[in-house]
Amino acid sequence: MSEHEYIPKSKVGKWFNDRLPLLTLANHLTDYPTPKNLNYWWTFGGILTFCLITQIVTGLVLAMHYIAHADMAFDSVEHIMRDVNYGWLIRYIHANGASMFFLAVYIHIFRSLFYGSYKSPREIIWIIGIIIYLLMMAAAFMGYVLPWGQMSFWGATVITNLFSAIPLVGEGIVTWLWGGYSVDNPTLTRFFTLHYLIPFLILGLVVLHIWALHVPGNNNPVGIDIKKPSKDTVPFHPYIVIKDGFALLMFMIVFAFFVFYTPNILGHADNYIEADPLVTPAHIVPEWYLLPFYAILRSVPDKLLGVVAMLSAILILAALPWLDTSKIRSAVFRPLYRQFYWILVADVLILGYVGAMPAEGLYLLVARVATAYYFLHFLVVLPILGFKEKTLPVPLSITEPVLGGSPNLAMAKNKESLTNK
Amino acid sequence: MSEKKTNRRDFLFTATYAVGAVGVGAAVWPMIDQMNPDASVKALASTEVDISTVDPGKTITVLWRGKPVFIRRRTLDEINEAKSVNLKDLKHPEKDEDRAKNPEWLVMLGVCTHLGCVPLDQKGDYNGWFCPCHGSHYDISGRIRKGPAPTNMEVPKYEFVDANTIKIG
Repeated sequence: MSEHEYIPKSKVGKWFNDRLPLLTLANHLTDYPTPKNLNYWWTFGGILTFCLITQIVTGLVLAMHYIAHADMAFDSVEHIMRDVNYGWLIRYIHANGASMFFLAVYIHIFRSLFYGSYKSPREIIWIIGIIIYLLMMAAAFMGYVLPWGQMSFWGATVITNLFSAIPLVGEGIVTWLWGGYSVDNPTLTRFFTLHYLIPFLILGLVVLHIWALHVPGNNNPVGIDIKKPSKDTVPFHPYIVIKDGFALLMFMIVFAFFVFYTPNILGHADNYIEADPLVTPAHIVPEWYLLPFYAILRSVPDKLLGVVAMLSAILILAALPWLDTSKIRSAVFRPLYRQFYWILVADVLILGYVGAMPAEGLYLLVARVATAYYFLHFLVVLPILGFKEKTLPVPLSITEPVLGGSPNLAMAKNKESLTNK
Repeated sequence: MSEKKTNRRDFLFTATYAVGAVGVGAAVWPMIDQMNPDASVKALASTEVDISTVDPGKTITVLWRGKPVFIRRRTLDEINEAKSVNLKDLKHPEKDEDRAKNPEWLVMLGVCTHLGCVPLDQKGDYNGWFCPCHGSHYDISGRIRKGPAPTNMEVPKYEFVDANTIKIG
């Protein structure tokens, strides 16, 4: 962080800033020195902030029309769709916004995995990010319950029943979560309350996430520590603001495509049937963004161990800064890690695919192999790779390989040929 | 600094923390317990069902405490099949006699013990029930035979009020 003292130009500004240094904060945010080689994978932080704000604003107005009651929730959602002015638009933005939020967060997470952004000194940023991700899943799950359709009801039943796998106290916990002996009105009202609360918790954590980021500053595609400010950095405003803004526009095109052209493609038709506690839909699947974890759950034949495996698959990410023993951050200089990275990406995509398929025959076999590999990647490959891998030489600064005249010139050329591929 | 000696102030601190912890606990408990089933939910604890219209080989489903209850009037063949199963073949060994007091009537919660879906009637490899969610197979006594469910489908407390009425709960 730049330590120079900021003094507002106007007299009023100075008077105010002496009492509450908001202008100093604003100045820090605009002048914030950012690595000048950030690529478009770095724009998803801004995009995610946009997603969060969109969900909060659309959610707020939906809550003005929605009725959290088992007898009325389903009809109130249809009322929003048919009667409320622009209700269809607001609801479709909110429903597809959840998917867009997860799309962006997955890109954001895999960006960190590729460029080693979770490594020292950014472990706390990373762990706060994992907590945000967990809260996002909780919020998305509870939000999906609110329309009180068949998928809402049975999704809620299946997910809350995961807790019954806990020995001894499991059943008691499930009854407590439900507020009854099955998913019913008390469950719906508390899910609505929590669904309303969680986005604000996320907002608070986002502030911490950014605060923690601004201590060491951004990682960058080269993955080296840089002097700040220096010729390796540019001020956040206007350089990054414009770049983030352009990426956001591109993202909004995708977002708008879903909202206006295929608003229901990411949902399930069964959820337009009102919840019926006597009939389970033939094929229960969670929303696409939870499918990889669902595949892991189903790949284990034991109830308790399945739940443990699913939770571990998420929580293992929090230990990643210590599981990855390599000192080199960016995969650009880690030829072997780069290959394992793409295998992991493929592995997660395969898990997502088999998670949507029935858990039998070949699908089950593939799910088991992919689950085993997922854990193998984090628990075996990454710790060993840090010791065994022969990494490429890392430049001393961002500018150096570009300007040449350094011992790493050959490497700069090598990197060029990589990016030109 | 002198060596650490417990004095009156330390005692006061410890006592304050202890009383404070009890107070916080007492204040938090109502916030947690309010989520448990309330009096009105508990009041719906029993249901009476008329079974005079159920033919042999048919199942009716009734709602009890928000959960489906299967009431199946089993045929002789089905009863014999349920009784002939070797207990060693069962994941959760239970005699059919213990599950159906009156062998003609099987009364059980229609809730898969895996993750709570409602199994389908007369499906699966054992001619009993099959859960479509994650593929658990139950036999004609509602016992788990294959798949991820850990236990047999639960038999609730019930009694025959008269020949044609079952009271569940």
